[in-house]
Amino acid sequence: MARLARGGPTTGRSAMDDLLSQVEPMIPALRRYARGFVHDAVAADDLVQDCLERVISHWHRRRNEDARTWVFAILHNLAVNRLRQAARRGQHVALEEIADDLMAHPPTQEDDLARADVVSAIQQLAEEPRSVLLLVAVEDLSYAQVAEVLAIPIGTVMSRLSRARERLRQILESPARGVRPGSHLRRVK
Amino acid sequence: MTDRPITEDDLHAYVDGRLDAARNEEVSAYLDKHPDVANRFASYSVQRTLLQGAFDPIAGEPVPSRLNLNHIIATRRQNRISSWRLAAAAAVLLFAGGSGGWYMRDIMVPPSEGVVALAREASDSFTTYAGDRTRPVELRADSMVELVGWATERMGRKPVLPDLSKSGYRLMGGRVVSTPHGAGLMLMYDNDQGTRLVMLTRPMAVDQTRTMTPHSQGKVDGWAWASNGMGYSLVGSLPSQALHPLADDIRKQVQGEA
Repeated sequence: MARLARGGPTTGRSAMDDLLSQVEPMIPALRRYARGFVHDAVAADDLVQDCLERVISHWHRRRNEDARTWVFAILHNLAVNRLRQAARRGQHVALEEIADDLMAHPPTQEDDLARADVVSAIQQLAEEPRSVLLLVAVEDLSYAQVAEVLAIPIGTVMSRLSRARERLRQILESPARGVRPGSHLRRVK
Repeated sequence: MTDRPITEDDLHAYVDGRLDAARNEEVSAYLDKHPDVANRFASYSVQRTLLQGAFDPIAGEPVPSRLNLNHIIATRRQNRISSWRLAAAAAVLLFAGGSGGWYMRDIMVPPSEGVVALAREASDSFTTYAGDRTRPVELRADSMVELVGWATERMGRKPVLPDLSKSGYRLMGGRVVSTPHGAGLMLMYDNDQGTRLVMLTRPMAVDQTRTMTPHSQGKVDGWAWASNGMGYSLVGSLPSQALHPLADDIRKQVQGEA
């Protein structure tokens, strides 16, 4: 039995090699993108694990030529579903936690503060423009790739990008900024 | 230089470094002449740098062992082999002799009668149909008369279609589904967030009247009960305490009609 387990099915060997060589290098970026949705590192890695399981089981049926957009699309859809479930269950994460968590150590330097600010600011964006901004600015995908990941026309990518950047600028330049990352949570309008 | 006007898209592509050299130069020249626009896009450029600075360290972390592709692939293979072995073992037991086989069946299969079975059937219907994007229901809510007629004919009992609109759930429609205990009627509801619920009802041979109890199967929770020979189970991927008032509401409605 041990021999069978080690050998496994001989067919699909090269497909698995193909999968490994293409998908393995993406894993760090997948973890990073997941963290833009789910701030708890363990929960974000759960998403990535789900994603990888799906990638493995559907790899042979992949029609998309660009493996990167295909894999990101799977992760994105899982992440959006997770967000919806969380919203339904009324969970939310305080933004201080997000910022602190992402920073790994308390922000002391001015740069760190600015990063903590930008992280708490993007959490205030709606999911759709935020995803576009993260895919463009952090994952460095082309606009055409983003359109493919999100299954939307490229014109929509551009308008969401524009909306995200302008909204982020307003948040970062608003007077409330600089009090403390996440302080808007307690602000009552 | 071309005469093509500078677009917002060009400016974003400039920030993202996606322009060819010629266009890049044109945008750069344009920004020199338009300080307001230049300010705005300079701030976008700073955002880009800040976002990268905040998120990039995550990609530098060592990849946890559970995300190692080789491990995931190996585990899947192992599971495939184990399930094959389990199936083989079960086949051997079943062939080993009627009583032995049936004895194992009793151990391995949960009770398959009454509201417990109904609950399982409802969860299965939810799993199969609630995620269906093409055709979650056979007959939509605008064909309710037809649906009731169909279900009545197949089940031998006229079903009640509960109204959950007070709780924000619309009836999408339904279909007759097969269960090990005969035909049942599955109704599907959804709300504005796209959350779907499934209610399964069918005549009961066992547990003709039974108080409401919660059940759970994987990520699907629900409540099942029976009254006057009809069983009901409401399921969804919601916490069972969120489903409880809805199930209560349905129970009142079907009792009022019965």
